[in-house]
Amino acid sequence: MKTRTLFGTNFAKGFGRAWLAGGFLFLYLPMVTLMIFSFNHSRLASHWGGFSLEWYRKLADDTEIINGLWLSLKIAVTSATGSVVLGTMAAFTLVKYKRFRGRTFFSGMVNAPLVMPEVIQGLSLLLMLVAIQRVIGFPERGMFTIWLGHLMIGMSYAAVVVQSRLTELNPQLEEAAMDLGARPWQVFTLVTFPMITQSLISAWLLTFSLSLDDVVASAFLSGPGATTMPLVIFSRARLGLDPSVNAVATVMIVVVAICVAVASIWVARAERRRAAEISAAARDDS
Amino acid sequence: MESSKSSRWKPSWWRGRTAVIGIPYAWLLLFFLAPFLIVAKYSVSEMGAIMVEDVAHVVDGAVKLSIKFSNYVFIATDRLYFHSYMASIKYAFFTTVFCLVIGYPFAYFMARAKASLQPTLLMLVMLPFWTSFLLRVYAWKGLLDEGGWVANLIVWLHFDRVLLAIGVIEAQGQLMHTSFSLVIGMTYTYLPFMILPLYANLSKMDLRLLEAASDLGATPWVAFWRVTVPLSFAGIIAGSMLVFIPCVGEYVTPELLGGPTTLMIGRVIWDENFSNNDPPMASTVAVVLVLLIVVPLAIFNKYQAEAQEKRK
Repeated sequence: MKTRTLFGTNFAKGFGRAWLAGGFLFLYLPMVTLMIFSFNHSRLASHWGGFSLEWYRKLADDTEIINGLWLSLKIAVTSATGSVVLGTMAAFTLVKYKRFRGRTFFSGMVNAPLVMPEVIQGLSLLLMLVAIQRVIGFPERGMFTIWLGHLMIGMSYAAVVVQSRLTELNPQLEEAAMDLGARPWQVFTLVTFPMITQSLISAWLLTFSLSLDDVVASAFLSGPGATTMPLVIFSRARLGLDPSVNAVATVMIVVVAICVAVASIWVARAERRRAAEISAAARDDS
Repeated sequence: MESSKSSRWKPSWWRGRTAVIGIPYAWLLLFFLAPFLIVAKYSVSEMGAIMVEDVAHVVDGAVKLSIKFSNYVFIATDRLYFHSYMASIKYAFFTTVFCLVIGYPFAYFMARAKASLQPTLLMLVMLPFWTSFLLRVYAWKGLLDEGGWVANLIVWLHFDRVLLAIGVIEAQGQLMHTSFSLVIGMTYTYLPFMILPLYANLSKMDLRLLEAASDLGATPWVAFWRVTVPLSFAGIIAGSMLVFIPCVGEYVTPELLGGPTTLMIGRVIWDENFSNNDPPMASTVAVVLVLLIVVPLAIFNKYQAEAQEKRK
């Protein structure tokens, strides 16, 4: 079959490759430069002062960054977990329960945080928490309030990811389980849950990385003593270039790249195993 | 509950259903809707000497409402706010256009690349998406600051004269803290958002349509413009929305890469709250932003999605 796309001529083929290469250079060169300059002995981005691990050595003693990282990780793990739980419930509600009072309103509220500027979300949550605190003396601004903000934003993202997987599922599988006498909770844990695990993992990773990276909501909701790592990086970056930021960036990029690679290999393997099991089961039947 | 077989699981099903709907519902009411209503309330109040004056007072045992629209009047009359709203739309628009110009051919060639290569290409587009947004913006600071290699390259190519001529930088060789650095930074960070929906759309396209077009005498170029582009319209809209919406309210990029001349509305809200210590004014700016930009965009987005569903 001969398909006539713009890839037809050699010129177009070359142009296509060049465009892809250019696009990837655009996407990757800034990050690579950032990483290279973390090994620069000089403080200046304009001057290569020789290879040095000085900034990494300084990083090890940088308690502000290390405490920030620790706090960020705690918030990210807990808020991602909470987001996936709440987001799955919201997604389940939107996909399985087509009729209940206020469904449209609910669906609007689930999706609204995705289009709402984060500055507004941070501001609104801050004003409410301040109002509550004035009345009952709780919550003090700090880790808990940042966590609340991340959970609120993360929930919507998790809901969207899980929702798209739930809509793909064949409802007959759940119906069959119910016909065979499974209770709703059993249907969920034994049938639905294994089928959406992959999307739950992606939702968790997405909300985790959103939380780990968040500046705006965290800035609105943080209090004295609760400075997450992005807030530390942001305040330094605001003042100008800082090689310590390059060093942190390099560490983070390497860790994230490894995690994403491991996760995608793991997911692909799980998927293959599942496909093999399904085809094996189909063979046994016939 | 276990006694009669017919009602064996119905009650617990009901309770389960109520919890599954009720918990996220209550959560959203409490942490999404209520805060926004508080912002709306703040927007019609004023700063007192040290505290925000409450909208509702109890005077002689009766609740007295004092709703003040002075903030709204101020926004409508002070040019600064109008300019910031317009600047937000302008920069978001140009970012979207640049993402589309770079991203459409990119997604197109990706979708037409060898099938065995596509998962790797997709992974390479996704990877920057997983790395920190903040650090990706920061990376451009090093590139465009005086002496950064991209800045040097631009100056060496005399491209800065072009940029100066079209008015996106203010002085030759001065690339940081300008409209130019701001739009480059936003284009860079949001490009994957444009590529992914376009790729999803273009890779699903039925190539037999192109064959049909060519059988009917269309050159590949004509077929591209009259078949491929119209068919990928949904992807174009989806990608543009994914770029435009977050760009309008962007704060981090304008703060790190923008300058005094590129005041966007996200920064105005931030400054009103933190620097001017005026939450009511910040709230008013936020309410106006939601009503004038976010709500129309959300409605357009929903309408588009529904139209797309129907076409299927």
